Amino acid sequence: MGVLRSGIRPFSSVLASNTVRYALLIFGGVICFIPLGWMLSTSLKMPGTEFIFPPNLIPRPVVWSNYIDAVTRPGHPFFLYTRNSVVITLSATLGTVLTSSFVAFGFARIRFRGRDFWFIVLLSTLMLPDVVRLIPSFILFKLLGWIDTLLPLIVPFWFGVNAFYVFLIRQYFRTIPLELDEAALMDGAAYVRIYWQVILPISGPVLGAVTIFSVLSHWNDFLGPLIYTNSVDLRTLALGLRFFMSRTGTDWNQLMAASILMLAPILALFFSMQRYFIRGIHMTGFGGR
Amino acid sequence: MARLLSLLGTRTQLRRDVLGYMFIAPWLIGFIIFTAGPMVGLVYLAFTRYPVLSPPTFNGLDNLDRMLGDRFFRISLWNTAYFTFLGVPAQVVWALLLALLLNMRVHGVNVFRTLYYLPTIIPGVASVFLWMYIFNPDYGLANYILSLFGIPGQAWLWDPELSKPSLIIMELWRVGTMMVVFLAGLQGVPQSLYDAAAIDGAGLFAQFRHVTVPMITPLIFFNLVVGIISSFQIFTAAYIATQGGPVHTTLFYVLFVYRHAFENLRMGYASLLAWVLFFIILVFTIVQFRMARIWVFYEVE
Repeated sequence: MGVLRSGIRPFSSVLASNTVRYALLIFGGVICFIPLGWMLSTSLKMPGTEFIFPPNLIPRPVVWSNYIDAVTRPGHPFFLYTRNSVVITLSATLGTVLTSSFVAFGFARIRFRGRDFWFIVLLSTLMLPDVVRLIPSFILFKLLGWIDTLLPLIVPFWFGVNAFYVFLIRQYFRTIPLELDEAALMDGAAYVRIYWQVILPISGPVLGAVTIFSVLSHWNDFLGPLIYTNSVDLRTLALGLRFFMSRTGTDWNQLMAASILMLAPILALFFSMQRYFIRGIHMTGFGGR
Repeated sequence: MARLLSLLGTRTQLRRDVLGYMFIAPWLIGFIIFTAGPMVGLVYLAFTRYPVLSPPTFNGLDNLDRMLGDRFFRISLWNTAYFTFLGVPAQVVWALLLALLLNMRVHGVNVFRTLYYLPTIIPGVASVFLWMYIFNPDYGLANYILSLFGIPGQAWLWDPELSKPSLIIMELWRVGTMMVVFLAGLQGVPQSLYDAAAIDGAGLFAQFRHVTVPMITPLIFFNLVVGIISSFQIFTAAYIATQGGPVHTTLFYVLFVYRHAFENLRMGYASLLAWVLFFIILVFTIVQFRMARIWVFYEVE
């Protein structure tokens, strides 16, 4: 990997010593890390000590009870919230990966009439702000009787609504030589087999990137669940966090502990698939928003 | 024979057409149901009174009339513009600075790349809560840090003067995506250009100004366009942390639309407001692409 290839060698006259470089890097790192460290520190503090000013940067004593209290709060079934988030994230992501790649296969590898037209239509939907889609979608889901179910958060993603992923996968598919599937005149079933048995297995990098982006966006989504669900039973983690705050006060220790629990799976995914992640951002310039 | 062949040709094409549409069918159906249909509906709704509980009734240009006289429409536009035009350039500059740091040739720089990117994957909601705690006027970390420098504590999100700047600081923490885009660009700047500049006697800042910046203008442009589009749509932070306050200073446009649509149940008016945002974004994007011709430098292959 040629990431260090160019560097800033000519700058070295000024930033000669590695000490200066590390000092700068660490300074930036501290700025990036302070809020995160603060989250962790708060989650381990004894309840009550989070209101002390000046604050203790290091929790003394370290207590783990906030984590237990956060997941066993009466009236706020943390594990149910987690289950909802998992169900939504997994089903929506599965739908996204399958349909986006299926549609991308059509756009990338079959020369049908009207292809360019529909592709431009697809790209133009990228410009639509979410809020424009939100109101009419809400009305549509209301007509369908889907409000206060998880369906609006899953079903659209089985229809390739996120045009960006289709675009991304299509770009990748186009780099695979066409001979693979144009060798013979084939019927539809044969094409589906090519898609499933030839193209998908060699598309790991792009599918990995799409998977990560999709998981992140569904796991972190706040506006969707806020608008489409009402019942406690359907709340996601992102929504559930809100209820650690109340008019009478906020349990900061528990809130931070719950935030860390919500962050943990994402972090694990990030570290295990970092390679795809960074490459995905390079390919796209978009990421975990 | 020739006629037979041409017929066959058409058949092949016909077959391709059927196959092609079979493959794009999921998207095409989804596009009609979840995008095109709703969009058409939104145009209609913009000219109606629709309190959700009863069906929409046509009311002509009443919504437009209402919008032009709506003080909060102007306030939310101003707040959003302030947040965007101060915040996005700050994000671009900060992301570029971090990327420059990460582009240094030292051992273990990958660890720092991960560290710098980490805040960006934190769920938006969790990040908002964290910063509410950090900005707490009574016991927050921000005031503690100020106190170390002898500066009196601030009310941050709860101070009408500081509420928007506080949110800008909050967003600055999560510039990882822009940063990675810049980093990729910096790595693509040919070493020979720096060498040539160094021979001409260009120092560190001269090299940055005359080599680095011109070479990455396409990425600056990209980050600006994407940053502005997403900044126009800020919602979660204002909804959770400030609820539009204090004194409407964080009433951003999408929060304003959300309130009309889902709290006041004025779907008709909200539809018009949504369209207006769409046009604002469209116009800004077009203007940026026009301006790009002047300052963005694309390498000719």
